[in-house]
Amino acid sequence: MQDSNSGKIVGVNGNMLTVEFDTQVTQNEVAYAILGEDRLKSEVIRVRGNRADLQVYESTAGLKVGDKIEFTDELLSVELGPGLLTQVYDGLQNPLNELAEQSGFFLKRGVYLPALDYEREWAFTPSAKIGDKLNAGDKIGSVPEGIFDHCIMLPFSFRETWTLVDVKAAGSYKIRDVIAVAQNEKGEKRDISMMQEWPVKIPISCYKEKLIPAETLITQQRIIDTFFPVAVGGTFCTPGPFGAGKTVLQHALSRYAEADIVIVAACGERAGEVVEILREFPHLDDPKTGRSLMERSIIICNTSSMPVAAREASVYTAVTLAEYYRQMGLNCLLLADSTSRWAQALREMSGRLEEIPGEEAFPAYLESLIAGFYERAGLVKLNDGRNGSVTIGGAVSPAGGNFEEPVTQATLKVVGAFLGLSRERSDARRFPAIHPLDSWSHYESIVDGKKIESARQLLRRGNEVNQMMKVIGEEGTHIDDFVIYLKSEFLDYVYLQQNTFDEVDGATDKDRQTYVFNKVSRILDTSFKFEGKDEARRYFLELRQMFIDWNYAAFGTDKFKQIENGLEDKIKERSNA
Amino acid sequence: MRKVYHRIIQIAGNVITVEADDVAYNDLAEVKSARGTSLAQVIRLLDNKVYLQVFAGSRGISTGDEVRFLGYPMRVSSSEDLLGRVFTGGGVPKDNRPAILENLIEIGGPSVNPAKRIIPRNMIRTGIPMIDVFNTLVESQKLPIFSVAGEPYNQLLARIAMQAEVDIIILGGMGLKHDDYLFFRNTLDEHGALSRSVIFMHTASDPVVECLLVPDMALAVAESYALKGKRVLVLLTDMTNFADALKEIAITMEQIPSNRGYPGDLYSQLASRYEKAVDFDGAGSITVLAATTMPGDDVTHPIPDNTGYITEGQFYLRHGRIEPFGSLSRLKQQVNSKTRSDHRTIMDTMIRFYADYKETLEKRSMGFQMSKWDEKLLKYGDLFEARMMDLSVNIPLEDALNLGWKTLAECFDTTEAGIKSDLIKEYWPKAE
Repeated sequence: MQDSNSGKIVGVNGNMLTVEFDTQVTQNEVAYAILGEDRLKSEVIRVRGNRADLQVYESTAGLKVGDKIEFTDELLSVELGPGLLTQVYDGLQNPLNELAEQSGFFLKRGVYLPALDYEREWAFTPSAKIGDKLNAGDKIGSVPEGIFDHCIMLPFSFRETWTLVDVKAAGSYKIRDVIAVAQNEKGEKRDISMMQEWPVKIPISCYKEKLIPAETLITQQRIIDTFFPVAVGGTFCTPGPFGAGKTVLQHALSRYAEADIVIVAACGERAGEVVEILREFPHLDDPKTGRSLMERSIIICNTSSMPVAAREASVYTAVTLAEYYRQMGLNCLLLADSTSRWAQALREMSGRLEEIPGEEAFPAYLESLIAGFYERAGLVKLNDGRNGSVTIGGAVSPAGGNFEEPVTQATLKVVGAFLGLSRERSDARRFPAIHPLDSWSHYESIVDGKKIESARQLLRRGNEVNQMMKVIGEEGTHIDDFVIYLKSEFLDYVYLQQNTFDEVDGATDKDRQTYVFNKVSRILDTSFKFEGKDEARRYFLELRQMFIDWNYAAFGTDKFKQIENGLEDKIKERSNA
Repeated sequence: MRKVYHRIIQIAGNVITVEADDVAYNDLAEVKSARGTSLAQVIRLLDNKVYLQVFAGSRGISTGDEVRFLGYPMRVSSSEDLLGRVFTGGGVPKDNRPAILENLIEIGGPSVNPAKRIIPRNMIRTGIPMIDVFNTLVESQKLPIFSVAGEPYNQLLARIAMQAEVDIIILGGMGLKHDDYLFFRNTLDEHGALSRSVIFMHTASDPVVECLLVPDMALAVAESYALKGKRVLVLLTDMTNFADALKEIAITMEQIPSNRGYPGDLYSQLASRYEKAVDFDGAGSITVLAATTMPGDDVTHPIPDNTGYITEGQFYLRHGRIEPFGSLSRLKQQVNSKTRSDHRTIMDTMIRFYADYKETLEKRSMGFQMSKWDEKLLKYGDLFEARMMDLSVNIPLEDALNLGWKTLAECFDTTEAGIKSDLIKEYWPKAE
C-alpha cells in the first residue's frame, strides 16, 4: 500500500506534535502517531503550509522527530448503537471496565477498544417495510435495550431520501450485521447495520424543527423546580467555588431528575467522585421504573489526571450520545462537571499553538465554543412528529469563586438558568447552596408565578433587615421588620434547604412541592401577633422544627397528616385572622 | 555507544538547546561541564533542535560542553532497599550511601483506571480531635494543609505521619529549609519510623528543576509499594514551591501565562500528582497529605485555588490551630457513620455551638449586652478551643468524643443541646 496519507513528526511540545505531510490533510481529522507497537490517537488542529499541528490524546513521551504519522481522513467519531446504556467510557469512548480487564490498574496508552460489544446479539424487530422511503434518522426497527425501545434508524450521515430495498425479518442479530439495505435516487446501494458512527463535534440535526422549551424538567430539588426551574430541552449552569457543593448537586440531579436518559460527563474532575457513581449507581433504584439507576445512565469519565486533549473531546462525546437517544424521542439530561476544566484544556492547547490569548489566557474563540456546546441542547420535533430533547447542565468552577471570569461570563450569556452556588451559604451549611437572590431562570416554575414573586420579595426584604440588624442590633429593629426577617429565614430553612442525603427529603416530587409550597406561602402571607421579639423567634423556631419534621415524613402517610394537623394548630395559635 | 554532542546553541534560564537527531521526547541526557555532570530532560523537540531542562541549572555551562543522550526517561528504583534512604529530587543519594539501580521504573506513569478504584472506607487515626472528630482523614484521601509561612505545618505533617497507622511513609520535600529537612529526618528517626520511610528532599539551596521532580519521584515509589499491597502515606511539602518552579520553567520556555504568571496547565499539573492518591481494588493504597502555603494568606491565589478544586478537602492551619470553619474532609461521610453512633452528632453540635460562640464574640466586641445564653456560649467557646482545637491535645477519637459530651454538659442542659433523645440517654454524662 502506498501510504499517501502519512507524514512524519518534526516537533514535539507537550501533547502537541508538529507534523510534515506530503499530500493533503483535513482539519480535525484523526491521525495516529506510531511509536513502536503503540498507535497514539491524535487530532489535526491546525495546518500551515505543509506542516500540521496535532493534539495527541495520550502522553507523548518517547516520540522522536522523524517518527511516522498515519492520517485516517476521518473526524473524531463515536459509535452509536444498542449497548451504550450502563457503559462507563473515557472521553474517547473507550470502555473503562473492558480496559481494566485488559490492561489492569493503569490506563495504558495506545490501547483503544470498541465502544460497543460486537459479539452480543440483540432482538431486532423491523418496523419499516421494503419500498418505504426514508430520511436520515427515520426508524427502521427497534431492539429492546433494558427498559427502553432502542430505535434502529437510517444512519444520520445518509443525505436525501433513500428507499428500503431489503430489511431483515425479526430475530437476533449482532450490531454489525446487515439488517437492511437502502438505495438512493442515483441507484447507489448501502448496507445498514444497527451501529453507526458520527463525528462528535458536529451536531446531529435529523429533525423537523427546534421548539421552545416550555415544560419544566422536574429535578425534585425544591429550590430549583420552584424558584429556578430548568426546562426539558433547556440549559443551565451551576458555577460555584470549591467546596460549595457543585458535585453533590450534580449527583442529586443525576439521581432524581425525571429524565429518560442521564449522561454524566465527569470532565477533568476528581476520580474519586466518579468512583462513587460507578460503585453506587448499580445498587440504587430509579424510583420511576424500579430498575437500577445504571440502566438509564451513561458515564463519560475523563478525570483530571487523564490526558488533557481527551478531556476536550469528552464533552462532545457526551453530547453526541445524548443527541443520539434524543433521536428516539427520549428526554436526555447531560450533566457536565466541569466545563471550566474543558475550557482549561482549550487554553492549554491554545497556548501550545502560540495563539494570541484573550482574557486570562483563554483563547479568543472560547465564547463561541461554549455557545456552540450549549446550543446542542434543545427540544426538537422529530421527522415522525414525536418530540425528543437534550437538556444540558454544566458545572462551572470559576477561579477564586469569582463569577467575573471568562468561562462563567461566556456561559451565562447562553444558558436559560443560572444556579449560582455561594461560599457564604455553604459555609453556613445551607444546602443546596444555590444563592436565592443572585440566581435566575428564564423557564416556567411549577407553582404560580405571583406566589414565587412575593416569596422572592420577602427573601430580599429579609436580607435587607438582616444587614440592617448587623449595624443597629436587634434592639433597634422594629418588630414588623423582625418578623419579615424571621419569615425569610423560615422559608430558607424549610423550603430552600434540602437534605440530599435523606431518603425522603432528598427528593420532593412535583405534587408534594406544590402542596408544601402552598402551605409555606400561606404562612408567609399570614400576619401574626407577637408580644416581643423573643416570643416571635421562639414561635418561628418551633414552627420550623415541625416543618422540617414534616419534610422528613413520606408524602401522604399518617405521620405526614399528623404533623400537618399540628402545623395548622400552630399557625392558628398566633394568626391574626 | 551513543553519540556525544558538543555544540549547545542556546542557553536560557535552566533550558539549553542542542542540535541532535534521534532523540525521544521526555528522555534524559547527561550534560558534562567544568562544574560537574548533571542530568537533563528533553522538554521540547523542533526539527533538529532539542530543548533540555538541566536539573542542576545552567549556571557554568559552556556552549562547548558535552551532551550525551541516555535513551531513557527519568527513572527511580522501586526496590525495598530504598527504605530508610534519603535522595535528592534527581534521585541521587543524599546520605553518602551507594545509589540504588535495581528495579527501575519510569516516573510520571499513566493514570489509574477509575474502574479499578474503590470507594475509600478506612479512617486514618491521628489523635488530633480537630481531624479525627470534625474532619476525619480517610485512607487514600488527598488533602492539603492550607497555611502561611511561619505556621507549624511541617510539625503537623510529621505528627500525623508518626501517628497514622500506615506501612510506608514517603516524604517529598520541596524548597525546604535545611533545618526543616533535619527536623523531618530526626523526627522519623526518633520514632523509629525511618526504616519504613523514603525521603526525596529538595532544599531551598538545591537547583530549582529538581524541585519539579520530587512529587513524581515520591509518587512513583509510592505507587510501586501500593501495588505490592502496602498502605502508603505520601507527605509533600511545600507544594507552593513546586508550583512556583513550574511557573519559572514556563516563563523560561516563553509560554503564555494565564493567571499571575502561572502557566495555563497549572490545574492539570497539580491534578496529575494529587490524583495518584488511590485505593486500589485488590492492592494497597496511597494517601497524600500536602502543605500549601498561601501567598499573602489569600485562598483565591491560583495555587490554593487550583489545589482546592483538586483535593478532597483541606485543613486550614492558622495561629497554630486547625480552623473549624473552611476546613473540610470530603470523605469523612464515608467513615464517620461507622466509628461510634454519636460521632456525627458531636461533630455537628459542637461546630454549631462554636459558630454561635463566634457570633456572640462579635456582638460583644460591638458593645451589645451579653445575655445569660451569651455567657454560656462564651464559656463553651473557651473550653472548645482549649480541649479540641489546641494542637497539643493528643487523644484517641473515643476519648475526644467523651470529652465533647463532657464539655457540652458543663455548659448547657440537655434541652439546650438540641440532640436526639436516645443519644442523650446513652452518652450525656450523669450528674454526680
